Amino acid sequence: MPSEPSDLVADHVLEFPGGYTRTTGPVIGRFLTELRERRLVGVRTAQGRVLVPPLEYDPGTGEPVTGEYAEVGPAGTVRTWAWVAEPRPGHPLDRPFAWALIRLDGADTDLVHAVDAGEVKAMRPGLRVRPRWRDARTGHITDIEAFVPEVTMMAAPVRLHYRLRPGQALTRFLEGVRDGRFIGCRCGACGKVYVPYRTSCPECGTPVSEEVELPGTGTVTTFAINNLPDPRAPEVPFVSAYILLDGADTPMIALVGGVPAHEVRQGMRVRAVWVPEEERTLSMTNIKWFAPTGEPDVEL
Amino acid sequence: MGNRCAVVGVGQTKYQTKRQDVSIAGLVREAALRALEDAGLTFGDIDAVVIGKAPDLFEGVMMPEAYLADALGAAGKPMMRVHTAGSVGGSTALVGASLIQAGVHDRVLVVAFEKQSESNATWALSTHPPFNASLVVGAGGYFAPHIREYIRRTGAPGHIGTLVAVKDRLNALKNPYAHLKIPGIDRAMVESTPMLWEPIRYLETCPSSDGACAMVLSSEAKVSGTPAWVHGAAMRSEAMSRAGRDTVSPQAGKDCAADVYRQAGIADPRRDLDVAEVYVPFSWYEPMWLENLGFAAEGEGWKLTESGATALDGDIPWNASGGVLSSNPIGASGLIRFAEAALQVRGMAGEHQVDGARRALGHAYGGGAQFFAMWIVGSDKP
Ligand SMILES: [Zn+2]
Repeated sequence: MPSEPSDLVADHVLEFPGGYTRTTGPVIGRFLTELRERRLVGVRTAQGRVLVPPLEYDPGTGEPVTGEYAEVGPAGTVRTWAWVAEPRPGHPLDRPFAWALIRLDGADTDLVHAVDAGEVKAMRPGLRVRPRWRDARTGHITDIEAFVPEVTMMAAPVRLHYRLRPGQALTRFLEGVRDGRFIGCRCGACGKVYVPYRTSCPECGTPVSEEVELPGTGTVTTFAINNLPDPRAPEVPFVSAYILLDGADTPMIALVGGVPAHEVRQGMRVRAVWVPEEERTLSMTNIKWFAPTGEPDVEL
Repeated sequence: MGNRCAVVGVGQTKYQTKRQDVSIAGLVREAALRALEDAGLTFGDIDAVVIGKAPDLFEGVMMPEAYLADALGAAGKPMMRVHTAGSVGGSTALVGASLIQAGVHDRVLVVAFEKQSESNATWALSTHPPFNASLVVGAGGYFAPHIREYIRRTGAPGHIGTLVAVKDRLNALKNPYAHLKIPGIDRAMVESTPMLWEPIRYLETCPSSDGACAMVLSSEAKVSGTPAWVHGAAMRSEAMSRAGRDTVSPQAGKDCAADVYRQAGIADPRRDLDVAEVYVPFSWYEPMWLENLGFAAEGEGWKLTESGATALDGDIPWNASGGVLSSNPIGASGLIRFAEAALQVRGMAGEHQVDGARRALGHAYGGGAQFFAMWIVGSDKP
C-alpha cells in the first residue's frame, strides 16, 4: 500500500547565508543614521508634510520629497493599536504588548511600533508614549526596543504607625467584656445610662461616677445587611445592628448572627454570644455576635 | 448677620472617576480660574483664600492647604483650611462668607476638592482601630440602618429610593459637569442593581469622583457681574453619642434650618424657596431631609418625592444639577450644592435652570449626620 501523501512531512528552511542586505538609499539611510544617535527625523514633502519614517517620494503625489529633514518626537501619541496577548518568537517583546500606530510629535504620518504598556487596560487612543532605546544601536528600527507610556502617576506610600492605648473608660469597658459583662454608666445629673462605659455625659457634660452593669440581652433597633466585601470585616452577608441593651439609653453597634440575614427584624430580641473564655482578650471581638432569644419582638 | 455678601463667580471642574490629566493643584486651579473668570477678576483681586477638604486620609496628603496655598494665589494673603467631614464644602463657603460679613475682607476665594481616585474613600472611612470589632464598612454601611429606620417609621414604600435615584440622574443629563450620565435610566434599571448595604442599592448610592469647585465671594462695595446675595447662613453640630439622638432626623439639622430660614425670612420653605440643592448621597436621604428641613411634615417626605414635587418640573425642584447622587468629589460636594444654588438665582444654571428662580437653598451634611451647613441665596439684595 502506498502511504497517504499527508504522512509525508519534512521541514525545509530557506535562509540566505548571512542574511539579505537592504541598501537604504539616502533618505531611509539618514533616518536610520539618526536613529543610531537616538534621534528621530522625518522628511518634508513639497507640500510641507513631514513623513516619518521618511520616504524618497511623497506617497500622495509621487513627487520627490524636499531635502529638508525635521527632528520629530521623541514623544508621540497612540492613534490606534492591536493587542498581542501571546507574543511569538519573532516579536520584539516576550510579554504581551501592543502594535500601535504612533504619531510622533511634529510628524504628519504614523510610525508602526511596539508599545510596552504592561496590560491591555493601559492602552487607549491618545496614549502618550516615548521610545525606550537599546544601549547597543546599529541603525535599525529595533534600536527602539519599544515605546512606553509617559509617566502620569507615581506611587506615594504613606504609612502611619500608631501605638494606641485605650483610655480609662474604654479600658474599664474592655475589662468587662473580657469577663463576659457589659459595663456602662449612669449620669448623676440627667440619669441617662451609657454603654460602653464613659467618664463624662455627652448630653449634659457632667463627669460620670456611677458604674452600672447591663445584661447581655437587648433589642435590635435597626440594622444593615452588608453585602460589600471588605478584608477587615466579617464575611458577607453580615448584619451590623444597633442593639439597645436592656436598661441602656444608647445603642451599641454589634454583629447579629445565628440567624439568616434576611430573618433579622427591627424589634428582634437578642442575647450576646461570647467567644470561649480561653480565647478572650481585652477587645470587642470577645462578643462573637448577638443571636435571637426567641422572645416575641418588641414594639419600637 | 453682618455686612452683605454675594457670590460673584462660580467655577467647577468636570466631575469624573479619574482626572488623570491633572495633579491636585491643577484640579483646584481649574475650578478657581473658572470662578475668577466668571467674576471677571484675577488672583490679584482676592484678599483671602479658604480651602475645604474632607479627611486627609482620602488622598494621603496631610495638610493639603499648605501645599495648595500658592497654587491658589494665596501667597502673602490669609489662607485657612476648613474640615467638617462631608459638610466641609458648605462650611467652607460659610467661613468665606463670614469673612465678608464681618467686614474683614472684600473678596474671598473659596475652593473645595477631592481627588478620590488617589485612594479609596471606603478604605479611609473604615480605619478599624484596635480594641473594636470591624463592623461598619464605609458611609453606606453607616447610613443604611438609619434609612431602614426611616422606612419603618414612615411606612414609605420601597420604590421611593429608586424614584430619587432616577430623578437625580435624569437631571444630571442636563448638567455638563455631572459625573454619572446614564441615558435611559429608569426604575427597572435601578432595581436590577445589587443591594450593597441593604436597604441601599448600587444605583441608589453616589459615585466616587475627582473634582473641585470654587466661588468668589464679594462684599457689596466690590460686587462685579451677576451677584447671588447671601440671605442666610448657618452651621450646627451635635454629639454623636448623645442618648436619645434621632439619627433619622437629627436635631442639629432642624436647628440649622430654623436658623437659616429665620435669617432669610422663610416661613414655608416649600412655598418660599424656588429650588434646593441638598446633600443626598443615598437616594433615601431626599425624603428624610425633606422632613428634617421642613419641606414636608414628619412622615410625609416620601409622599412629596412620590408626587413629583421635587422633580425639575415640580413645584420645588431638589438637586436640579443631579446632586451628590450624580457627582461626588466628597470634599467639594457641599460647596457644589452652595454653588449650584447661586447659579440658579443668577439665572446661569444652563439646561437645568429652574425658570425664574429667585431664592435657593444650599445644604450639606457630614460625619455621622452630625455636622450641618446651609445657606439661602437670592437674586435680590437682602
Ligand atoms: Zn447627663
